[in-house]
Amino acid sequence: MSARNGRGPAFKRNFSPRTWLIRHAQVMLASLGRLTRLPLATFMTAAVIGIAIALPGAMNTLVNNIRTLSGAWDSSASLSLFLKPQLDEAGGQALADRIGTWPEVGTIRVIGRGEALAEFRRLSGFGEALDLLGENPLPVVLLLQPSLSAGGPDAAAALADRLGKLPEVELAQLDLQWVRRLHAITRTAERGIWVLAGLLSMAVLLIIGNTIRLEINNRRPEIEITKLVGATNAFIRRPFLYDGLWYGLMGGAIAWLLIGLSVLLLQGPVAELAGLYDSRFELSGLSFRGSLAILLGSGLLGLIGAWLAVGRHLAAIEPA
Amino acid sequence: MIQFDNVSKRYPGGHEGLSGTSFRLESGEMAFLTGHSGAGKSTLLKLIGLLERASRGQVWVNERNLNKLKARDIPYHRREVGMIFQDHRLLHDRTVFDNIALPLVVAGVGHQETQRKVRAALDKVGLLNKEKVYPMMLSGGEQQRVGIARAVVTRPPVILADEPTGNLDPELSREIMELFMQFNQVGVTLLIATHDIALIDTLGQRTLVLKQGKMVGDRPA
Repeated sequence: MSARNGRGPAFKRNFSPRTWLIRHAQVMLASLGRLTRLPLATFMTAAVIGIAIALPGAMNTLVNNIRTLSGAWDSSASLSLFLKPQLDEAGGQALADRIGTWPEVGTIRVIGRGEALAEFRRLSGFGEALDLLGENPLPVVLLLQPSLSAGGPDAAAALADRLGKLPEVELAQLDLQWVRRLHAITRTAERGIWVLAGLLSMAVLLIIGNTIRLEINNRRPEIEITKLVGATNAFIRRPFLYDGLWYGLMGGAIAWLLIGLSVLLLQGPVAELAGLYDSRFELSGLSFRGSLAILLGSGLLGLIGAWLAVGRHLAAIEPA
Repeated sequence: MIQFDNVSKRYPGGHEGLSGTSFRLESGEMAFLTGHSGAGKSTLLKLIGLLERASRGQVWVNERNLNKLKARDIPYHRREVGMIFQDHRLLHDRTVFDNIALPLVVAGVGHQETQRKVRAALDKVGLLNKEKVYPMMLSGGEQQRVGIARAVVTRPPVILADEPTGNLDPELSREIMELFMQFNQVGVTLLIATHDIALIDTLGQRTLVLKQGKMVGDRPA
């Protein structure tokens, strides 16, 4: 009786990986079977999860679209190079040809002094005052757009800085204020989505936790009897964890459908709107990676929610 | 082997289920546990199956001191102690076969071995033709035999029964008790709580008597 200082002989734990795997597969399918036997209840739980996940998912899709759009706008943020007054149009053209070879520079257009004067006359209303000057005071202007690959308002600002230091250039002007604002807005929206996603993830955890808690209560006698014949906590936990996983995956699938459907519904009007702005912008849906992230993230949330519920409530059930 | 050394069990609220109980049941021995309701029979069995922990004293089962058993070892301990209840504790949404297979499934026994062992247990309790039936469709005596088959299917060295014949007529009760004696003949240690004195008097087995949580009698076989 004194073996292992009173603890007695070790227990047999005939663990076989094969039976363990088979058992997992059985429990996984049994859990799915149990859920599909109550299609309405299962669908409602999954739908709540789906909607909770679709909300930040859809907003993220929206922000991604805005980012594509603002990316296009970045490059359309044109740079105006006002050249030194002594440079004539030929000098401007020569400079344009030289700068045009830089990788950061996309398209470039030379606005001659005459053209500039005509435009100024037309837009400013100082036409008569100009006549008094006798000669054209306006310099040659190079209007250039950064190349698409240059990217971002900071890169555009750096380019303007560099161009401004050229000896032929009097002033390089870049109107980036609104691009910066748009970027700030997208960043704020992104942050907001994270906050929202965090809150709604907690909601999903609570929904799944509560569903699993009810299920545990319903199956209390079964849990007690199973513990009575020597089930480990892991054994008892398993079906509930799979329940949570399935709920999460179904919710993820519903969220995916909801986002896809919303994009589909918005695509027509957005294309029309873009057409009015002479843009060929198209609303894009979820990428493959995005879809995968939604599905797996939702499944993971389901698993965690079930884990939390099971941890809290299963320990309280002991056979008596 | 089951041994109690001065064991007390005090429930929250002050009720004392057992007070200072000592006895020893050798490996392969069979004994009845009698006493009035509330004498502590169920408490004693629960301490052996670790449904409860002793408040004081030492409980030894299968060479192990249960006081020193960690919570994570309890399931493995229960696999070595088959338990039978008056209310059978069967799962009513599962067939007789699945009910009896439960301890094997829990222990991770393979499919074929499970089939074989469940059939053997069903054969032993005489319910071989009922494996696909649900427990509700069986009589009380048959349900009890399903409970017994479930308790013996893993061939545990110790079997406990709490009023196994409580709801049965004398004829069926005697059959059940004879079944237990057959298990005992193959070396299983059995402790059976019952207040059916008339029946156990005819069986000539060792009898332990509890009164108000104290062991007041030990009549040898």
